[in-house]
Amino acid sequence: MAACFWGREAGGAVRVTVNGQQKEEANGTTVADLAASLKLDARNIAVELNRAIVKKSEYGSTVLHDGDTVEIVTFVGGG
Amino acid sequence: MAAFDPKEFAVPRERARVLVAGAGGLGSPALAALASSGVGVIGVADSDVVDLSNLHRQVIHVTAGVGLPKTASAEEFLKRSGFGGAVLTFQTRLDTGNIMEVVSEFDVVVDACDTFRSKFMLNDACVLAGRPFVHAGVLQFEGQIMTIYPERTACLRCLFESPPPPGSVPTCQEAGVLGAAAGVLGAIQAAEALKVLDGKKTTLSDRVVAFDARHMSFRTVPVSRDPGCPVCGTKPRIDSMEDANYPPEACD
Repeated sequence: MAACFWGREAGGAVRVTVNGQQKEEANGTTVADLAASLKLDARNIAVELNRAIVKKSEYGSTVLHDGDTVEIVTFVGGG
Repeated sequence: MAAFDPKEFAVPRERARVLVAGAGGLGSPALAALASSGVGVIGVADSDVVDLSNLHRQVIHVTAGVGLPKTASAEEFLKRSGFGGAVLTFQTRLDTGNIMEVVSEFDVVVDACDTFRSKFMLNDACVLAGRPFVHAGVLQFEGQIMTIYPERTACLRCLFESPPPPGSVPTCQEAGVLGAAAGVLGAIQAAEALKVLDGKKTTLSDRVVAFDARHMSFRTVPVSRDPGCPVCGTKPRIDSMEDANYPPEACD
């Protein structure tokens, strides 16, 4: 029970919806962790958690909870 | 946020003035769709010349036009396609010194430019000038699009705060653009501009569409204004066009 899972307690997982897809993430996963696991550069995305935009400065401290809905839009600048 | 009536921004089609900022990958399909839409005036702003490497996605330009200013080539296209209105060309890079004057001449602005810097500059100028604005960006197989009613619906800075730092994002030149992906997004931009002019309630305002041609998916994400937005929030930090707000891009 106390085993460490990527540095976190393996005390369970949270079920979240990311871009419309159901996903399981380890307890304690933050928005920054999620972006990194999706190989997204946090500098050019917008993240919405339960319909509210998450400020970039808060990606690392915003922890996902069971039932959360996350939408990530990658911002591309070409024309 | 109180509801607003998009009819406030409606303009009769034959008198309508549309600015397409950028006559490249997004601007070409947008101009092609606008050419036969019956608008009164089409403005085209671009400082670039037509290059052979542009032609796969910048479909209004032709091989014989390589080396011509894109504005002149776009004007030729509009005349060729029977556009009966007036064409205004701005063969210049839009910058903090001229952008307010240019966007103020138009009823709706299509963001078809190709740098984050220009996109944020256009966003801010349109918010400050009170002009509706149809944003899009494209790279490789994907892109995003959103329609903005100044101080009524979410703007680019409500979502993205500021341009990504130089070097964090590949450019069109480095990464390439699927011509057809730009075609899809540019055509949607034209449709959005016409819906703004018609006062339709169903524009992509307070909604971002994330398009991915790999999966052919259109994901619509509802968004809302940020009261802390630096340009359209309750205490805006940006109230005029200043160079300091638009750091130059590495490949500008």
